[in-house]
Amino acid sequence: MIDLVAIRTVAAKEFRDRLRNRWVLAVSAVFTLFALVIAYFGAAQQGEVGLRGIEVTIASLVSLVIYLIPLIALLLGFDAIVGERERGSLELLLSLPISRAELLLGKYSGLAAALSMATLAGFGLAGVLLATRLPFAALYHYAGFMLSALLLGLAFLSLALLVSVLCGDRTRASGAAIALWFFFVLVFDLLLLGLLVIQGDGPAGSLLPWLMLLNPADLFRALNMFGSDELRAFYGLGSVLPDLMTQPLLLGGLLTGWIVAPLAVALWRFR
Amino acid sequence: MNPPVIELHQVERRFGTLAAVDGVSFRVERGELFGLTGHNGAGKSTLFKMMLGLLEPSAGSVRVLGTPTRGAAFRAVRRRIGYLPEQLALYDNLSGAETLAYFARLKGAKLQQVVPLLDKVGLAHAAQRRVGTYSKGMRQRLGLAQALLGDPQLLFLDEPTNGLDPEAIHAFYQLLSELRAQGVSMILTSHILAEIQQRVDRVAILKAGKLAALGTVQSLREAAALPLGVTLSTSRPLTTDELARLDRHAPLRQAADAGQLQLACPPLAKMALLAEVAALGAAVRDVRLAEPSLEDVILGYAGVTP
Repeated sequence: MIDLVAIRTVAAKEFRDRLRNRWVLAVSAVFTLFALVIAYFGAAQQGEVGLRGIEVTIASLVSLVIYLIPLIALLLGFDAIVGERERGSLELLLSLPISRAELLLGKYSGLAAALSMATLAGFGLAGVLLATRLPFAALYHYAGFMLSALLLGLAFLSLALLVSVLCGDRTRASGAAIALWFFFVLVFDLLLLGLLVIQGDGPAGSLLPWLMLLNPADLFRALNMFGSDELRAFYGLGSVLPDLMTQPLLLGGLLTGWIVAPLAVALWRFR
Repeated sequence: MNPPVIELHQVERRFGTLAAVDGVSFRVERGELFGLTGHNGAGKSTLFKMMLGLLEPSAGSVRVLGTPTRGAAFRAVRRRIGYLPEQLALYDNLSGAETLAYFARLKGAKLQQVVPLLDKVGLAHAAQRRVGTYSKGMRQRLGLAQALLGDPQLLFLDEPTNGLDPEAIHAFYQLLSELRAQGVSMILTSHILAEIQQRVDRVAILKAGKLAALGTVQSLREAAALPLGVTLSTSRPLTTDELARLDRHAPLRQAADAGQLQLACPPLAKMALLAEVAALGAAVRDVRLAEPSLEDVILGYAGVTP
């Protein structure tokens, strides 16, 4: 039996802490700033400044957000359990009528609320500022980008909580969080690329799109890029992608799986 | 008779091959102030964690307020106990009042308790200040207020006076005796044995995970039959005959020098020795008796048990 009051109490504290120490404000500001800068100056290397098509803007935003959001989410969450354990407050919490599952879910909900608020407020504000300059259809794409950015953040927050449960001390947890970031954001795609180069025409080559499903960051990229005919053409991807990879609902579902699965393992291992 | 508030039966806890707690059984009765002591690493903390349901025993059973600590029913018991951990960690960014409100919500206690409890531990003036600005003593008092949320019937206090100054320690025990008068049962650990031996009803002494002794401080002292330390100040060197008569009751610990004589007197020989001392008349200027402390009892046990 799960006590919602206990979860809500823990979540409310975590959320309020992040509001109070201006974490939400700072991250929102960073998101707004980046979105605006990319929207106006993203094409500077092609010799232009100013608003371009929404697809290209989103493509630039995606390549930034794919680095930034996982890092922010991992840094937000790695301390959640191991920090309480190391400071000694975990023992006191667990002596109260709250189960480990409730504590973990409360922590996740509160941090997720803070991250969601920062993402929606930050990119939302940028969206509002851009709204007058862009056609309505573009805003639809932008909303899709925001939603997928939200899911990406929540997936990496879930991984961060898993790290926080599994690691015995904060130093190790922060190391593991950074290592996960490197792996999913930098190393994973390099490995796939290497595989493609070695085995381009072999069976591994056709496996490649499926291997991408094993990385939440790649799912996020796929959601934002492969869904648009224009971008597929832009990247010359039209022919190599299986149809499945262009289904936003399926990709969104898989990304949601990346939220649920690490959290489920964390619940199981938090003993 | 009321059921005991804590009942341990052959409790055992192993970490790998190490038995941190090994076959410990005792009961804490309702209304009792019970002390748990022993050297560092004797198993106090492990035992405490098992009594709080934070750690499962490898064998044996632990019942608190009549309920086994394993199992879902213990959750309800958690509302009726209070815990002050040794390494008390609170949230520096919350105020005293917010801290108590947070724990009250988690414990299912009334929020109306927050203000009176802060008052009770003498923190009403600092209620709105961040805990980060609190002194060690203030944190400890806030920790105690937290333990008192929900009017618990049983308090677990782990080294509660650690790091407090003597005045704060005095105030702390003052508060404990008020709680005791209201019928709250308490179990506390301390490594400052001299401090708790005046205050606890009974004490359990752990040694290497085993129960080395259990009883009132008085009964442990008698059982250990530790000698009293007797120091005589003499105005002249005593004769061999006089020394032999003293030695019959209490062996000489140290040869007489500079007019001082030290004896180790078995408890039952105390009056006989004092009679001999009185018979020496003006040769003895002063007599001092030193009762063995509980610490000596432990050291005694430590010497006896391999």
